[in-house]
Amino acid sequence: MSVTVRIPTILRAYTGGKAEVAAEGTTLGAVIADLEKNHAGISARVLDDQGKLRRFVNVYVNDDDVRFEQGLETATPDGAGVSIIPAVAGG
Amino acid sequence: MAVQTVASATDSTVDLGPAAALSCRECGHRVPLGPVFACEECFGPLEIAYDFSAYDTEELRKQIEAGPANIWRYAPLLPVPADVATKPNINPGWTKLVRADNLARELGVTGGLYVKDDSGNPTHSFKDRVVAQAVEAARAFGYTTLSCSSTGNLAGAVGAAAARAGFRSCVFIPHDLEQGKIVMAAIYGGELVGIEGNYDDVNRFCSELIGDPAGEGWGFVNVNLRPYYAEGSKTLAYEICEQLGWRIPDQLVIPIASGSQLTKIDKGLQELIKLGLVEDKPYKIFGAQAEGCSPVSVAYKEGHDVVRPQKPNTIAKSLAIGNPADGPYVLDIARRTGGAVEDVTDEQVVDAIKLLARTEGIFAETAGGVTVGVTKKLIENGLIDPAKSVVVLNTGDGLKTLDAVAGTGLTATIRPNLESFREAGLA
Repeated sequence: MSVTVRIPTILRAYTGGKAEVAAEGTTLGAVIADLEKNHAGISARVLDDQGKLRRFVNVYVNDDDVRFEQGLETATPDGAGVSIIPAVAGG
Repeated sequence: MAVQTVASATDSTVDLGPAAALSCRECGHRVPLGPVFACEECFGPLEIAYDFSAYDTEELRKQIEAGPANIWRYAPLLPVPADVATKPNINPGWTKLVRADNLARELGVTGGLYVKDDSGNPTHSFKDRVVAQAVEAARAFGYTTLSCSSTGNLAGAVGAAAARAGFRSCVFIPHDLEQGKIVMAAIYGGELVGIEGNYDDVNRFCSELIGDPAGEGWGFVNVNLRPYYAEGSKTLAYEICEQLGWRIPDQLVIPIASGSQLTKIDKGLQELIKLGLVEDKPYKIFGAQAEGCSPVSVAYKEGHDVVRPQKPNTIAKSLAIGNPADGPYVLDIARRTGGAVEDVTDEQVVDAIKLLARTEGIFAETAGGVTVGVTKKLIENGLIDPAKSVVVLNTGDGLKTLDAVAGTGLTATIRPNLESFREAGLA
């Protein structure tokens, strides 16, 4: 299962400046683990010490906020778009 | 008395007055002043760290009191250059703090009830305060386009400030906002784009646009300029205290959308205490939401320290942020100060708008109905002490949300003669 992951500016140091990268995995957790294999260090920025999504990170699979879905267990179908976005915007 | 507050050294050559660096509220990681908003270590919010070490308390007080009748009287405490008052900007603030004795009698408050009425700002909402800060940051960082995600009030404030200060503006709103807010945002001549979705969808779009070449060179006031923008809400704390004779009120009731305003009012109060401008005394901060968008209130009542997002459904559209960025900090502050977070139904919001109008002659937008409604509820359930002072925020003008009070209108229609007048029972 291949998905496209949109990388926020503050994580592009890990992707060689790329705003979008491909990753494999049938769940969001697996996609993040795959990202880590190819872009070492990125996982620790997105996940906390307990392996949960950090509280100031929003992740969307296609148009769905994963907190309304199954968090890291959210399915990532083939061809899905995953967006990682800082949560501290707006208001 | 000289006061050491946060920073000890200036990290940047950008002239934003006492602003020394950006510091992560979560992990403390520091970076130089720049158009960044999220910590590269943990995604936490970046905030302004100041160097107030040179200030003498009494000299500072005199300087403030001799300053202009707008937020720039507090320039020494804000991320702006010292000569900010000479630059083209919207110059908001120094709005009325209304002693609301009639409302106090209705609610049984004996300790002094005040309404901080921010409908008196240039575009009739508190958003002018934060946008004025963002304009100065945008100028410092060389941006020529201002943008934002908005529930309506902010779009108008950005449009007006851009017009005055000489920026292009292109702002994004949910497509189904109140007509008054759409017109008010469009009239200033900038570009206004409706997004098919709710505010959280608009916000997500802007966050993605900012990382795309299409958004390069844009100053999004509440995204990449958010650390500077948010500081504008501190001026509400400064004004309230100065207008009370340099005194902190016992209790404050503040609306929650993203939660930024509430957290910055608390920051402003803490700064005044550290600077010695007010007595260090306890105060309670209460957050107010509409039931149809109450993620922070729900988290508070359930004892959580994280906020589960909601899909908003309320007439209080200016507060309809289902995924509030500063929600966790609101919870911290309400608990730390002994306050609370409460919500009211849309029906209670409308009743409260009418109550405030009927008792004090202040026509609030729905967000003001939320704060007055929550104040009434918190007094009734014993969480607000009516024997102590209370300041309630009204953050916007009722003329922007006329739909909320639709049905309010003519008492009678009569012929132009006295007989008709008497028949209608109006004599």
